[in-house]
Amino acid sequence: MSGVTHKLSATRLNRLFLAGELSAVEIAEAFLNRIQAVDPQVRAFLTISADTAMERARKLDARRRGGDTEIGSLAGVPIAVKDNISTDGTRTTCGSKILGEYVPPYDATVVERLRASGAIIIGKTNMDEFAMGSSGENSAFFPTRNPWDLERIPGGSSSGSAVAVAAEEVPLSLGSDTGGSIRQPAALTGIVGMKPTYGYVSRYGLVAFASSLDQIGPFGRDVEDVARLFEVIAGSDRRDATNAGRTPPAIKLTGEPSLKGARLGVPKEYFAEGIDSEVKARIEEAIVQLRDLGAEVEECSLPHTEYALSAYYLIAPAEASANLARFDGVRYGYRTPDYNGLLEMYGKTRAEGFGPEVKRRIMIGTYALSSGYYDAYYKKAQQIRTLVMRDFEQVFEQFDALITPTSPVPAWKLGEKTDDPLAMYLADVCTIPVNLAGLPGLSVPCGLANGLPVGLQLIGKHFDDARLLQYAWAYQRATKHHEARPSLGTEGGR
Amino acid sequence: MALTRNQVEHVAKLARLSLTDQEKVAFTEQLSRILEHVESLNRLETADVPPTYHAVALQNVLREDKPHTSLDRAKVLSQAPEAEEGCFKVPKITEG
Amino acid sequence: MATQWETVVGLEVHVELATETKVWCSCKNQFGAEPNTHVCPVCLALPGALPVLNAQALEFAVKAGLALNCEIQHHSKFDRKNYFYPDSPMNYQISQLDLPFCYDGYVEITRKDGSTKRIGIKRIHLENDAGKLLHAGDDVAEADSSLVDFNRAGVPLIEIVTEPDIRSAEEAGLFLNKLRSIIKYCGVSDVKMEEGSMRCDVNVSVRPVGQAEYGIRSELKNVNSFSAAMRGIEYEAKRHIEILEKGGTIDQETRSWRDAKGVSVVLRSKEDAEDYRYFPEPDLPPVVLSDETIEEIRSTLPELPDTIMHRLMNEFGLSAYDASIIVSEKEFAEWFGQAVELAGQANAKAVANWQINEINRVMNEKGLRPDQIPVSPEQIAGMLKLIEAGTITGKIAKTVFEKMIESGKDAETIVKEEGLTQVADEGELLKIALEIVAANPGPVEDWKSGKQAAAQWFVGQMMKATRGRANPQLAMKLVTEALRKHTGQA
Repeated sequence: MSGVTHKLSATRLNRLFLAGELSAVEIAEAFLNRIQAVDPQVRAFLTISADTAMERARKLDARRRGGDTEIGSLAGVPIAVKDNISTDGTRTTCGSKILGEYVPPYDATVVERLRASGAIIIGKTNMDEFAMGSSGENSAFFPTRNPWDLERIPGGSSSGSAVAVAAEEVPLSLGSDTGGSIRQPAALTGIVGMKPTYGYVSRYGLVAFASSLDQIGPFGRDVEDVARLFEVIAGSDRRDATNAGRTPPAIKLTGEPSLKGARLGVPKEYFAEGIDSEVKARIEEAIVQLRDLGAEVEECSLPHTEYALSAYYLIAPAEASANLARFDGVRYGYRTPDYNGLLEMYGKTRAEGFGPEVKRRIMIGTYALSSGYYDAYYKKAQQIRTLVMRDFEQVFEQFDALITPTSPVPAWKLGEKTDDPLAMYLADVCTIPVNLAGLPGLSVPCGLANGLPVGLQLIGKHFDDARLLQYAWAYQRATKHHEARPSLGTEGGR
Repeated sequence: MALTRNQVEHVAKLARLSLTDQEKVAFTEQLSRILEHVESLNRLETADVPPTYHAVALQNVLREDKPHTSLDRAKVLSQAPEAEEGCFKVPKITEG
Repeated sequence: MATQWETVVGLEVHVELATETKVWCSCKNQFGAEPNTHVCPVCLALPGALPVLNAQALEFAVKAGLALNCEIQHHSKFDRKNYFYPDSPMNYQISQLDLPFCYDGYVEITRKDGSTKRIGIKRIHLENDAGKLLHAGDDVAEADSSLVDFNRAGVPLIEIVTEPDIRSAEEAGLFLNKLRSIIKYCGVSDVKMEEGSMRCDVNVSVRPVGQAEYGIRSELKNVNSFSAAMRGIEYEAKRHIEILEKGGTIDQETRSWRDAKGVSVVLRSKEDAEDYRYFPEPDLPPVVLSDETIEEIRSTLPELPDTIMHRLMNEFGLSAYDASIIVSEKEFAEWFGQAVELAGQANAKAVANWQINEINRVMNEKGLRPDQIPVSPEQIAGMLKLIEAGTITGKIAKTVFEKMIESGKDAETIVKEEGLTQVADEGELLKIALEIVAANPGPVEDWKSGKQAAAQWFVGQMMKATRGRANPQLAMKLVTEALRKHTGQA
């Protein structure tokens, strides 16, 4: 069985573990072997916690042998965690030199929940520094590569978490999504990724990029796995004041896939200039398939979409400029070796500790908040945010969910956009409005464009995450696009 | 709107970033371009639109006034670049 | 004619709230612990930690506002105030910019002559305190390095901002004392200046009397006591006047008060003023307070000094000033109430006199805190009862009082042990009177020539001879009798 263990879904692994057919140690070993085999090519991990994972697996085995059947819905399932989620005793770098050696003394709420559900945390994944980026190239350590084409980017910022799942190094992983950082890399690597409604999953322990937009969410190779992980991480947490205190309803993904009665809107603004023709073709095919499943699909309009990107690139950097002020070389993290006095220590520590994209965004954010510019930039952007939200409210009077491309383009070549920050920002045009409005969004594979994966984005109403999962599941069952896997294996690189 | 080098230097000072000359040149150009793009927002009249600061409206999320166990000091200070006498140590404080 | 100048002062007073835990996290809010032992991910601003508002801190902030006659904001929010400083773990403070919890209140101060004045409270907002910096030298600027203790980081603070209604150092002192007393009555803070739980910044300007516009102000930081605030105001006002009279102009600047040297020095000029880049705190949802909630909090307010003061004036006939001193400390007012209850309402004024004069004097001499009143209400009531019964004289009472403080014994015991009972034995006293009269022919002549004051002198001699124990009325009667006998005027 061990030869294919890494190909199994989380749902399957959990069942086999609970039934005593696969031990947690066998599972953990299989995935650690897989990581050893393929990670040198894709470089999804920053930290591989082999020892603690094996120790944990042994404990889970002992518990199961002792007759404990309440171990949890992720018992025996290896999982990778994005490196901006705090793990007690395990280095948490945020992909940044400034936190290169930082070992947190506490677990994020989602990590506590993973542990309580019996999951085995197998490592921490690479990412764009402080989640700022859409390609994974802004990691201070190394870029992660797309398993579909190692010369291409996997998307970002949750590059490592997406690739770890796409390359079958783990069945599940956690990412974070501020403007598309889960959905876009999921689309570009051919897996399922979900950004829950803002406030569904606790942010406690997620290193903040833009507090009013950040949300932790799951990656998996199929919708069942993503739903299973979502059910574990979502729920009330009193340590996060922006947590809504809600427990998601039980998500039923059984029976015949049908979308009968579902009213789906297709916002025309998401198909404007810049969309790749192949991507557009895949989405159009998806629309046909959704209709075949019984859905009513109609065009609709979100007129303020074109302004969302600009609003986002003011709001997110502004919040980030304050959130990242704590990295100052005083309490933890990097401090410049050479300084004279406090001011120089601050300035050099931060200049040496942060990469160019992080500095750029701190600069924009600081400027947007500075005296005399607040109203013209920050406040204006938050007013636009209101308009973007109203657009969604209006179409949701008519529709149950919206469908759009997740990314207007498939994965591009490494280095292709690194000199043009603005072009890079435009890659997030389909995902950003969802964060501004705090809505749930999910990307599900919908075929290939010239051999590269394309993602279909579903957008739902606040706290209607379960419905999105049900729709995505029906689509997945009908199309099987999610079964396409990159040809990456022990055969080595290309 | 184009940013001047002076403005870039002022903002860098507020953000406590010691930028190199090269970075100052690059940021002056890049930030100007980004701000130009953002100018498009001004096409929308928003005088009567209230700003949204929280995507999901909550209110009065409060905590009970009950103490928890604090962190172990040795563990906390083990992460400090410099520590002394149970405290974090910082260099000579020079006013900004 | 020389210009007459008027001083204009506004204060920003920071008060630490006496909650169990900090404002954004559940670490203990406790003074004097080992450095960095009351810290957690939140108050150390570890990556990923988030603030959650302490319900008690919110209630205390509103309660303070109600006690200071403020309006309460129904819809408030928090904002981030950005500035880098090593005692500030997040490098921003969570504060309130445009929607503070309380606004438009006032404090009434009572001057020595009994006249009153209202000092407006512009706003009260809730925010977190910073950690503590420990320096090798006596001054940040002089130390080579500093150590940071974050135990205080995250302690809830309210900042009380006054209108520029204060016109002198004396008014500032009266205001601060009154404010402290009200805050303490509400129980929202222990307001100990020495532990830094109450601190203030002072804004001073001057203008020619009669001018409507305010002058340019300077802000004094590092003011660590009420008396330092008063000295600072006097110094700044004088400095401004000197500059203006020489034809100079005042720079709007922030200055640091060096109390030991009695001078202020420039900290930063207006051009260097921090750009705090305030923006709404995304980690904390807004706070909405209904009328019901506000009234619920109001119902927890105790009787406040102003109310008690008017009651003391109306019920017991105390003067405004005396009453204001008694209510200035919660412990004083409580002590007074108990003493009057024990001694009887007829003795209320006497209780007030003893408290304001003798007890206060002793407390000042010994440097005692308000919770260390050196005699109990029972002791003072016992003593007043002895006076009332004629057992001791008012003069003896002073002796008894001193002994009460020394020994802690009650008045009755002291009087018994020391034999201080008033001498009312006519035969014995007459004998003494005759002896004194016989020994002082001069004053006797004076008396004979009609000087009534001479009789008073003999009474004094009687008191001296009995160590004050003679009943004064009886002494007068017997002196007169002795004089008549001696001069044959019977």
